[in-house]
Amino acid sequence: MQVYFFHLMPYGDLDIAESDKYNSAWVTIPNSCFDSAKGMKLYNRYIGELELADQLGFDGVCVNEHHQTAYGLMPAPNLIAAALARSTKQAKICILGRALPLVNNPVMIAEEFAMLDHMSGGRIITGFVRGIGSEYFSNSVNPTFSHERFYEAHELILKAWTETGPFSYQGKHYQFDYVNLWPRPVQTPHPPVWIPSQGSMETIVWCAAAERKYTYLQTFSPYPVAVKAFKAYRDEAEKNGYEAQPSQLGWAIPTYVAETDEIARRELKEHIEVFFNKFLRFPSIEMRLPPGYSSISSTKTLMEMKFKNRTSSTIDTLIDNGMILVGSPQTVRQRIEHCQKEMGFGHLMAMLQIATLPADLTEKNIRLFASEVMPHLQNNAPQLRAIA
Amino acid sequence: MRETVLDVRGTNVRMLEAGTGPVLLFLHGIDGPSADPLLETLAQRFQVMAPEIPGFSRSLIPDWMMSVSDAAFFTLDLIAALGGDKLHLAGHSIGGWIAAEAATRSTSAIASLSLLAPAGVMPKQRPAVDVFLLSGEEGVRALFHDQALADKEIAARAEQPLDITLQNRAGLARLAWTPRMASVTLPHWLHRVDVPTYITWGVEDKILPFSTHEIFMREIAGAQFKSQQGCGHAIPQERGAEVARDMIAFIEGVK
Repeated sequence: MQVYFFHLMPYGDLDIAESDKYNSAWVTIPNSCFDSAKGMKLYNRYIGELELADQLGFDGVCVNEHHQTAYGLMPAPNLIAAALARSTKQAKICILGRALPLVNNPVMIAEEFAMLDHMSGGRIITGFVRGIGSEYFSNSVNPTFSHERFYEAHELILKAWTETGPFSYQGKHYQFDYVNLWPRPVQTPHPPVWIPSQGSMETIVWCAAAERKYTYLQTFSPYPVAVKAFKAYRDEAEKNGYEAQPSQLGWAIPTYVAETDEIARRELKEHIEVFFNKFLRFPSIEMRLPPGYSSISSTKTLMEMKFKNRTSSTIDTLIDNGMILVGSPQTVRQRIEHCQKEMGFGHLMAMLQIATLPADLTEKNIRLFASEVMPHLQNNAPQLRAIA
Repeated sequence: MRETVLDVRGTNVRMLEAGTGPVLLFLHGIDGPSADPLLETLAQRFQVMAPEIPGFSRSLIPDWMMSVSDAAFFTLDLIAALGGDKLHLAGHSIGGWIAAEAATRSTSAIASLSLLAPAGVMPKQRPAVDVFLLSGEEGVRALFHDQALADKEIAARAEQPLDITLQNRAGLARLAWTPRMASVTLPHWLHRVDVPTYITWGVEDKILPFSTHEIFMREIAGAQFKSQQGCGHAIPQERGAEVARDMIAFIEGVK
């Protein structure tokens, strides 16, 4: 199994009582709640945490893109990736991912990734997402074009990476008379493409298509949802005439280890509850699911099931739902090994810093995870098929 | 009201239809077509035709429809498909925007234009609410000044299939997401509206501020204006019968 440290880079100094005056940690929370002096320290600290992961032997470090929110301070994740390209030595640098429909020039995303591929010595893994619903408010992009723009931008980026330029691309949303990437990427035929999702069937079908075989990353999901999504991917692969490999499946999950189960729970409790109840707080279904962002049938399903406002999560409900991994190294290791056998994933993206988790506990978590959990996982070849 | 379907160059358009007399084509507001006091009163004097704007209600968004410009040309095609004499064009909110855009393109088949709190121009002041950020019930409340009518509407919406509500939102977002409910260029072209025009607006409109009417009045020569005191954005429900009588008087003055 390959093991990664996925950092969301939240505004960890958020004054929770102050933020409670506003209805969300996204879009509407004023940036007067952000203190630049604290922000400067946080960026340095977070980049340092990712560098530490590289030194400790993680297979990769991961960043992602979110806009106008205390949840994550990476509206431009490639800037962080660029810093890491120079300061890390062996870890893959995973940008999971860029939100394609939110930009008007996808060629620039192809260009930036190609630059990063050079600067990192061919160590990048790229990711493509649509951006979450609230980002259609904060980026002014029409959500009813979200799917069309995603597919079109993806096609354009892949062509830009793989075809000799200059060529012309004429789509419904993107038109370019000259596409001619300088530099072309280092990795051939192109850098790996991973797709993070919360289990949309449409995304799974698209990823598993024989012409793509993109690695599918399940994020922030109750355990049964993740199991179902991975099974759907394998079934889809089988329909397409091939067997899905563990390397095509990744599981991203908040993870916290401490000396004992009890200490781990005690230390994480406040921060994980703040994460789900405050940093992921949306005032209404409308901010999370703007019109046309998903098909009407998906929207109805999401409204009924998944997007019930999570403002009353406790560490116990989160553990029970399989949303987080927390405990002693032995507990967490055994849990991951059990999950791997059931789910068949080959990549574990451990989210080792979450919300307000402070520097000392984050570093302890990273070091303990790296020394007591990670080696066992890295030494075991992931099992191909689920037992369940 | 009876329901008909009209083929407009390959796109089926569902319409509510009622009454006899000169044809009045009414383009609905942000929540799709409804049989409200406005249409009922208009139908006493006109043959009222109220189409579902493509993308609203039970009509999926056609691939080719990317903007209000497309919806405006489609409206001219719809008018052509109806045939007959020049008709009276009217619209509320998003429908008012489409009607105004259609009239800037051609009035050769349009006898008069009635705009009820039309979207389409940048408001002079920021609206009190973002129509896309409100939850269902809050969204309905923001439409009305009279909250007793909002209660009735909330109850009515609860009976409406969720598919229709979601389709109305998606149809509106397709046309009016950016810039919100407005066009950068429409004010520049409104001078081309060369038919008698009636404009009315709710003083308490939270969706499209009342003061926005000044831009329409400035650009459309000779337009008549009536403010609606104690009325929000939902003119067809809040002032339906009165506005219909106004429109009847206005249109009969046109003849």
